[in-house]
Amino acid sequence: MTQAAIRTDSSEPMITMTGVGKWYGAFQALHNVDITVSRGEKIVLCGPSGSGKSTLIRCINHLEAYQEGEIHVGGMLLGHQAKTIDAVRREVGMVFQQFNLFPHLTVLQNCMLAPVKALGLSKAEAEQRARHLLERVKISEQAEKYPAQLSGGQQQRVAIARALCMRPKVMLFDEPTSALDPEMVKEVLDTMIALADEGMTMICVTHEMGFARQVADRVIFMASGSIVEEAPPAEFFSNPQHERTRKFLGEILGRH
Amino acid sequence: MNYTLDFTPVIDGLPDLLAACFGTFTLAIFGMLLATVIGIGGVVLRQSPLKPVRWAVIGFVEIIRNTPFLVQIFFIYFALPLAGIRLDPTPTAIIALGINGGAYAIEIIRGGVQSIPKGQMEAGLALGLHKAQVFRLIILKPALRAIYPSLTSQFVLLTLSTSIASAISAYELTSVSQRIESDSFRSFEVYFTVTAFYLVISWVMMRIFALFSARYFSYPVK
Repeated sequence: MTQAAIRTDSSEPMITMTGVGKWYGAFQALHNVDITVSRGEKIVLCGPSGSGKSTLIRCINHLEAYQEGEIHVGGMLLGHQAKTIDAVRREVGMVFQQFNLFPHLTVLQNCMLAPVKALGLSKAEAEQRARHLLERVKISEQAEKYPAQLSGGQQQRVAIARALCMRPKVMLFDEPTSALDPEMVKEVLDTMIALADEGMTMICVTHEMGFARQVADRVIFMASGSIVEEAPPAEFFSNPQHERTRKFLGEILGRH
Repeated sequence: MNYTLDFTPVIDGLPDLLAACFGTFTLAIFGMLLATVIGIGGVVLRQSPLKPVRWAVIGFVEIIRNTPFLVQIFFIYFALPLAGIRLDPTPTAIIALGINGGAYAIEIIRGGVQSIPKGQMEAGLALGLHKAQVFRLIILKPALRAIYPSLTSQFVLLTLSTSIASAISAYELTSVSQRIESDSFRSFEVYFTVTAFYLVISWVMMRIFALFSARYFSYPVK
């Protein structure tokens, strides 16, 4: 095998971003972003819309190319060559706001596709893995259904199982509950909490501050493409240092 | 009107006409298969990172869509021998139908691919699949489903265009009926019958398309 493998030295950080800059044409979406995420750490990323938080996590699996700085995932430099990008993507799971399940495949097939096609698992192995993970997100009885037959919350739990079928070392969540009806938010958050309890390294872009309080090791607040402040949740919520953070928290918590 | 209808030449020619229907079917089916291959291949090449490749596809589509099919058939029939390739009228007609239908199919299928939300591509990539795998395994089927009605009406048109292959005397319904007509002078009877046959052929094609759709595009969507 020529593919670069992710090292598993446990003392090493899972993700480091150093001086990352990202532009859309003349517009700078990320300014000099530095983040280090340890193994097993749970990060909640929040900030007003357009602050660059989605862009930031999309850089980690290179759905967005960055132009400045360096990103290491599992000790491996995420360059711009297809080979390292593929190696990183196989280790990094992502859950999207719009679920993005494949409509023409059943729930089970959605979960089996990438393990078979990207990892080379046999169909039997992939199916076993998929059924196990569907059980873990408590949706195994829907395995033969198509995405359009499921509720939003069920679809998002399938999307989580689908990502987990790749046995990722990191999970990225891009506003996973924003497109859900309110009564379905909890089932998805519960799934995420269970995943966090199992020690998964997670970066979650979310406005669910209850989730942040309960699960996050650190909350990172972004505005205008920069990190404004970061702190453990207790400190972040009780004693925000910056005016912009206070304003944001006032708006977002005031809603509830 | 003193004209007396006489279907005798048609009835006598029936075995020949039915065999010619089969010829028309053959041209249409193989023409469609080739058009589908060209259509999907063209869409893939149309997305190539190499500019000359994209231009070649655009040029191909523009040339084919802006010239008459009859001229295209003649061009292939008389130009290929100059390149040392000598084909019978039937394979020539299939190639011509495939190329012509393919150019239209490229544009139709491209529309389908563009209608697929960007998130589908992203989800596939994020799962570690290559771009080509994402296209083949994730994008293609929903894209074809989205444009299936346009593609099948284009293919009905392709089926009817097989009649133009009579110009190079391919074995199909129109050329056989022309022969019966010129032997018997029973123009109305012959073309009345042929019209009915073409209607049946179109109807059968649409049934085939519907069955295919029920088999492959039956997954539920919102």
